[in-house]
Amino acid sequence: MFGNDSQNADLATDVNEEAMVRGRSLLRDARGRFVQNKAAMGSLILLSLIALFTIFGPFFAQFSNEEIDWARMGDILHQGRPSVDTGHYFGLDYLGRDLYSRVIQATTISLLVGLIGAAMALVVGTLYGTIAGFVGGRTDSIMMRIVDILMAIPSTLVIILLLVVAGRSFVMLFVALGLVSWLTMARIVRGQTLALKNREFIEAARAAGVSEIVIMFRHILPNLMGVVIVYASLLVPDMILAESFISFLGLGISEPYTSLGSLIAEGAGTMGYGTLWQLLFPLSIFIAIIITMFFIGDGLRDALDPKDR
Amino acid sequence: MTLLVAKNLSVEFKTADGMIQAVKNVDFEISEGECLGIVGESGSGKSQTFMAAMGLLPKNGVSSGSLTLNGQEILNLPRNKLNSIRGSSMAMIFQDPLTALTPHLRIGDQMQESLGVHQGKTGSEALKICLEWLDKVRMPEAERRLNQYPHELSGGMRQRVMIAMAMLNNPKLLIADEPTTALDVTVQAEILDLISDLQRDEGTAVALITHDMGVVARMCDRIEVMRYGEYVESGTSEEIFYNPQHAYTQKLLNAMPRLDGEHFAAEKRVTGERLLSVTDVKVHFPFSLSKGLFPKKVPLKAVDGVSFDINAGETLGVVGESGCGKSTLARAVLQLIPPTDGGVTWLGHDLVSMQKSQLKSYRKDLQIVFQDPLASLDPRMTIASSIAEPLVTFRPDLTKQERTALVEEMMERVGLPQSMINRYPHELSGGQNQRVGIARAMINKPKLIVCDEAVSALDVSIQAQIVALLKELQDEFGMSMIFISHDLSVVRDVSDRIMVLYLGRVVELADKDSIYLDPRHPYTQSLISAVPIPDPKIEKTRKRLKIPGELPSPLNPKAALRFMPSKLRANDYTYVPKLDEVSPGHLVAEHDPLEDILAQDPLAV
Repeated sequence: MFGNDSQNADLATDVNEEAMVRGRSLLRDARGRFVQNKAAMGSLILLSLIALFTIFGPFFAQFSNEEIDWARMGDILHQGRPSVDTGHYFGLDYLGRDLYSRVIQATTISLLVGLIGAAMALVVGTLYGTIAGFVGGRTDSIMMRIVDILMAIPSTLVIILLLVVAGRSFVMLFVALGLVSWLTMARIVRGQTLALKNREFIEAARAAGVSEIVIMFRHILPNLMGVVIVYASLLVPDMILAESFISFLGLGISEPYTSLGSLIAEGAGTMGYGTLWQLLFPLSIFIAIIITMFFIGDGLRDALDPKDR
Repeated sequence: MTLLVAKNLSVEFKTADGMIQAVKNVDFEISEGECLGIVGESGSGKSQTFMAAMGLLPKNGVSSGSLTLNGQEILNLPRNKLNSIRGSSMAMIFQDPLTALTPHLRIGDQMQESLGVHQGKTGSEALKICLEWLDKVRMPEAERRLNQYPHELSGGMRQRVMIAMAMLNNPKLLIADEPTTALDVTVQAEILDLISDLQRDEGTAVALITHDMGVVARMCDRIEVMRYGEYVESGTSEEIFYNPQHAYTQKLLNAMPRLDGEHFAAEKRVTGERLLSVTDVKVHFPFSLSKGLFPKKVPLKAVDGVSFDINAGETLGVVGESGCGKSTLARAVLQLIPPTDGGVTWLGHDLVSMQKSQLKSYRKDLQIVFQDPLASLDPRMTIASSIAEPLVTFRPDLTKQERTALVEEMMERVGLPQSMINRYPHELSGGQNQRVGIARAMINKPKLIVCDEAVSALDVSIQAQIVALLKELQDEFGMSMIFISHDLSVVRDVSDRIMVLYLGRVVELADKDSIYLDPRHPYTQSLISAVPIPDPKIEKTRKRLKIPGELPSPLNPKAALRFMPSKLRANDYTYVPKLDEVSPGHLVAEHDPLEDILAQDPLAV
C-alpha cells in the first residue's frame, strides 16, 4: 500500500482539486506503517484486550477482591479450582479469596505502574539528555555528573527512603519509580544527541537561521524517537518487576490491594501443593504484557523510521 | 600473450526485490604488461566484475560464465584453491587505504602475512623483502615504517603500503579499484606514476577501475566503458578519446570539465557593489597534545590570516588540498564557527561582533550547500519541508499555501518534479538530493551562496548537470558564490577568480585564466601540473612539478614556511609570507626561488 510512492502521490494529486499534493507528515506515515506490521498490530490488540479486561472484567465478578470464601477455603486444592459453577472463574488464592477479582485489580495496578513509570522516564530522561547533549560543554559535564552520582546510589535505597519519608501511596510509588528510572534513559539520549548534533543537516538548519531551541525540537528529537521508544517499551516490564520487588518488601502496594508481581510470588510459593492456577493466571497475563510491549516498541521504532518504508 | 580472459561473465545479487544483475554477460581480456581501464559511473558494476574474479563477492552475489587466468578457470573456485592464486598471481588494491589495512597490525607484520602464505618466508628474510618493496614504492624512511601502525601514516603513504603489499609476490595482474579517488590531487599524481613505473619495470598487467577520465587518459592502453553492467564501448585509449562511438562515452567525455579547456570569451560579469570583505580571518582550534586532567594544548591553525573580497554576482573559487582549511574558512565566513580573530564585513556590517539574534536577519542572504547531499538533509523530514525550512524562519508572514507554492516553484526551477514533494531524502539519488540542497539554499533568493564541495560526491555526468544548474541560477538571480572544491577543473569551470589555500593561508589569488595560464607560486604550479587531463596525447607528454615530501601536518610549526626554506634556515619560524600584487588583481605569496624549494624537503629533518 505504501510501497509505491509515485502512485500515492498521483492519487493524492487527483483527489485535491488545487493540484496540491497532500503533505505527508512523519506521524501520518508512521501510523500507516504501524498498521502494516502484523506482529505489532496483534500485540496492540492483545494489550487492548487486557486493558479492556481490567475495565469490564469487574462487572462479571461475583466476589470482591478482599472477600474470603469461607465455605471453600478449607479445601482449596479441590473446591477452589477454577470453575464457572462456583463463580470463581480463576479459582481461589491460598487464603480463599477470588483470584479473578484479584488478577483484575493486580493487572490494573501493574499496567499503571509500568506505563506511568516508563512515561515519566521517557519525558524526564529525554529532555534532560537532549539538553545536556545539545548544549554541551560545561553544562553537559555538570548535568551528566549529577546523573552519575544518582546512579551510584542504589535505586532500591532511594525508593525505600522516599516511601518511608513521604508515606506509602500510589502517587509516591510512581514518583519514586520514575525518579530512578530516567537516569539510563538520559545517558542513552545524550549519547545519541552528541552523535546527531555534529551531523551536517543540523549545520544546514543553523545556516538557514533556525534557532537552537527549534533545532532541538524539530531536528534532534524526531531523530531520537526510534531509540527512545524502544528503550521506553523495554522499561515497562522493568517497572512492573521493580514494583513487585518493592511490594515484596512490604513498601509498595499493600493488602488487600495486590499487583501481578505479588500474585506471582504467592502463586510460586504454593506451587508445591498442586494449586498451579494460582501461578498460571497472573503469570500468563504478566508475560502477555511484557511480550506485547516488546513487539509494540519494535513496531513503533520501525514505523517512525522513514527508511523502512 | 593474454593473461586474463573473461567470457560471458555475469554477476547477480539476490535481494529482497528479486535478482539484480550487476554485470551482464561481459567479455574482455587483459594481455601481459598492459593497462586496461574500466570506466563507468557508480553502480555500473565495474568493481563487481573484479570482485568476482577475486572471489570477494558478498554472500548474496552469484557469478557465472568463465574467467581464466593463464588458461586456468578461476571463477567460483573453492576458497582453498583460490587462496593460492589471489595474492600471488593477482592482487588488488582498494579505494580507501585506511579501511583496507588492519588497524592493530604493524606495517611490517601485515606485509609479511602474505609472504608467509605464498612463499613460506618468515622472519628476517621476509622483512628484507618487505623493506625492498617499501623502497621500490618510494616510501620515505622505509625501515622506520615497518614498525608503525596504519594510523601513523598519511593517506598517500598508506596507499603505497597497499601497493607494496600487493606487489610482494610479483603478481601478474594488479587490480586497482579506484586507487586514487580518496587522495589529494598531488598525491594522486605520485601514486599513478608509481603504478605505471611498476607496470613498466615489473611487467605487471594492471586493471584500473575508475570514474575519472583524466586518470584513464594518463594510464591506460585500452579502455572499456561500462554502464548498467554492460560494456558499451571498448578500444584503445586513442580510439575512445578521439573517436568515441557510443553516445554514453561522448556524454562522459563532454561532462568532464577540462583544466586546459577552451577559454571562454571573457564574459566579465558586471562587478557590482562589494558584498563581503574578509580581513585577516583566523580560526584556531585548541588541540590537546597530551592526555590527562590538564592536557597541554596548542592551537591548530586551520585558517591563519585569510583576506578576500567578493562583489555582487561574482564567483570566487577556493582550491586546496585536504586539511588546508577551505571548509573551515567557509564556516567562519558564515559565522557557523566563530573566527578566532579578524573581521567579516557584509555590506558594511561587521558580522563577527554581532549577537546571535542580530546575525539571524543576515543569514537570509548567506546560504550554504554542503558536500554530502544525503547527510545535509534531515532524514525524518520530507524534502518539501526541508526546502521550506528557511521560509518558515524568515518569512513568517506567508500562509501555508503560499509557502507550498514557493517550494513547488523552486523545485521546478532546480529540476525536481512536483510529484517528489513528499519524498524523503533516502528515496532520492545523490544528484536529486543535491538539487534539494540547492533549492533550500536558494529559496530566499540569497545574495551569497557558499558551495562547500557541492559536486565532489557526485558522478561526472551528474556533476556537470549540477554545475550547469548553479550557473543558470546565478545568471537568473545574480547571487555571488564561493565555490570550494579540491577539483581544480570544476573550479575553473565555475569561477571568476580563484584563491589557492595552503595550510590555512592564501598562496595565490587571481582571475581564473591567469591562475591557470600564469601560475606564479610553486604550490599552484604543482597543483595544476598534477591534475590529469582527459586527453591521452597531452596527458602522456605533460611534465609534472613535484614538490618533495608529503603534505605536512598543520601542527608542524615549520609547515607554514614550506615555501621559504631560507627563513627556516634562519630559524625565523614566525615569519608570515607577504602577498605581492604581481599584476592587477593577481596576488602571490612570497616564496623562495623554485630551485631552492625543490632541492630538498626542509621539513624532513
